[in-house]
Amino acid sequence: MNYQDEFRDRELVAGLAERIRLLTLGMERPLTFMEVCGTHTMAIYQYGLRTLLPPQVRLISGPGCPVCVTPNDYLDRAVALARLPDVTIATFGDMLRVPGSRSSLMEERAKGADIRIVYSPLDAVALATKNPERRVVFLGVGFETTAPAIAGSILTARSKGVTNYFVLAAHKTIPGPMALLSADPELAIDGYLCPAHVSAIIGADAYLPLAERGIPCVVTGFEPADVLQGVELLVRQVKEGRHQVENQYRRVVSREGNRKAQEIIRQLFVPADAAWRGMGILPGSGLVIAPEFREYDAQAMIPVTVEPPVEHPGCRCGEILRGKVSPFDCPLFGGLCTPETPVGACMVSSEGTCAAAYKYGR
Amino acid sequence: MDNDLILLGHGSGGNLSHQLLEELLIPTLSGLEMADRNDAALLDLAGERLAFTTDSYVVEPLFFPGGCIGDLAVNGTVNDLAMMGATPLWLSCAMIIEEGFSRQKLAEVATAMRVAADLAGVKIVTGDTKVVPRGKADGLFINTSGIGVIRHGLQIDGTRARPGDRIIVSGTIGDHGIAVMAAREGLELESGVKSDCAPLNGLVADLLAAGGNTVHVLRDPTRGGVATTVKEIALQSGVDITLDEASLPLTAGVKGVCSILGLDPLYVANEGKLLAFVAPERADELLALVQSHPLGKNAAIIGEVTEIGKGKVRMRTSVGGLRGVEMLAGEQLPRIC
Repeated sequence: MNYQDEFRDRELVAGLAERIRLLTLGMERPLTFMEVCGTHTMAIYQYGLRTLLPPQVRLISGPGCPVCVTPNDYLDRAVALARLPDVTIATFGDMLRVPGSRSSLMEERAKGADIRIVYSPLDAVALATKNPERRVVFLGVGFETTAPAIAGSILTARSKGVTNYFVLAAHKTIPGPMALLSADPELAIDGYLCPAHVSAIIGADAYLPLAERGIPCVVTGFEPADVLQGVELLVRQVKEGRHQVENQYRRVVSREGNRKAQEIIRQLFVPADAAWRGMGILPGSGLVIAPEFREYDAQAMIPVTVEPPVEHPGCRCGEILRGKVSPFDCPLFGGLCTPETPVGACMVSSEGTCAAAYKYGR
Repeated sequence: MDNDLILLGHGSGGNLSHQLLEELLIPTLSGLEMADRNDAALLDLAGERLAFTTDSYVVEPLFFPGGCIGDLAVNGTVNDLAMMGATPLWLSCAMIIEEGFSRQKLAEVATAMRVAADLAGVKIVTGDTKVVPRGKADGLFINTSGIGVIRHGLQIDGTRARPGDRIIVSGTIGDHGIAVMAAREGLELESGVKSDCAPLNGLVADLLAAGGNTVHVLRDPTRGGVATTVKEIALQSGVDITLDEASLPLTAGVKGVCSILGLDPLYVANEGKLLAFVAPERADELLALVQSHPLGKNAAIIGEVTEIGKGKVRMRTSVGGLRGVEMLAGEQLPRIC
């Protein structure tokens, strides 16, 4: 068992698809399920799962990609920091190509800014140690999954006495927007495929308030068989009139989640209102660096002037992130907006809905 | 956005590279709007058919599991000639060396070039050396050009894929890109993946000798990987293609690293693999022939040309779904060759 091939088995997947087809036979209206995890979005496109589902099941993508929900003013600030002569930006690769209001980090790198792609925030701490004359700023973008690693990097920096390491934090927590979107009558979401990685941290019980408000929730893994089984469980809940939290991904996710990770998040961050691309400011949906770790907070420690953000007029990323329109409904998709010349963030991130649709869906 | 800037993605071998060639370089340099977009130019010289190609190597790091910039620079150019059905004969070697580079490392690279040239049966007959000040190049860059001769009457190029053609890949995919990536500083992964860097001219000679005009297209899926190469051929030939994900040969190491990093092996570079589009009636026999070659042990048929079309490539996914396949977008892994 390698925990991968078993869940990509063609016959298993065909069997699940057939069960979903039988369950939905004769259904009067199609069921709409939303996934809010970029890895789900990718898996659904990459394995062509929609082509295996009956027309009564509609899968829509929500705000599951951390890069995509990061608003322009954050990018504009990162660009402004990158332009400082003694600043090195360290980031996960996806952030490089996201267009801000007037520039992108990739463009700044081509113009000479020192921007490094790292695979872990600890690599950024190592960069800071190696280059004591530079201020190394890690772009801390992500959900509950990446927050503990970034918290850990700050603790590492403190224990090693590294003083030139900073985090530009824009962490977000996912239950808030899920509650908001589930109350939207236009979307009429019948259930959530709850994220896999995020749930490993926050635990399946984090969705109990949603379920209590009538929304079926299934914590779902992201191998193809996981996703289809998650869909099957959601269909069953709807048919049986139940609205509960079910955990399809028990091999990774527990009810209470990862206590240690939750603890380190609480130690390093405090909840704050956060701006989401397409959704505006959602109360308490972000994590900012706690006051006692202020010396690692790039926003507080490295002041830069950032002009007011501007959005591309035609870009529909906001509506795409809320599941209101599909990428194919956007007038820019595939024409003005492609992965090479992305107009909106959803086309940039490898987990973005538009990027997945462009690469796999046409 | 500033359109004046050349970005790393322009060197990725994907869409941006194609745009740069089509919009700027080909029209300016050759005066033609669209040159033949093959791995090498075909030239007629007093009745002899020659193939001529050039390639620059900027791989980082210079040494990686399974090879180094030296054998890469020989094999890459040998393979570009071989993909036109040519017998590679002569290579040039131009080096741009950064001031302060190690003499011993240079000797290692040169030795690797010599060994690779001997193995491929080509001679390095001319060269050039430039040294630039520290910081103006990264260690060592190599350019090689190659000349080969076409000794048969066959036409092998990217426009000749036909409906019904089966697509053979000569072995596991993604090994080179993943090996270089894993060797790169900052990616602490013990994957055991080795570059597949190897000369393919021997395998091509065997294929052409056995297959003759039932071999329609040959191409090595380097930058941009199998996906980009298949898409290029689909567009060049005006055909639609369906790939079968379950039949893609992959080592466990490549699969593992790709899963961890969220890479799609279909877009990762190879340096010792070829794709052959062959007529269906000979496909099984030619597959067996490739499999009997030391460089083709894990060869497989990975798809077929379905019909005349607009160059659409689809993939039957491992779980039975259907999705589209596009060229590599932007940079996936810079400086892998």
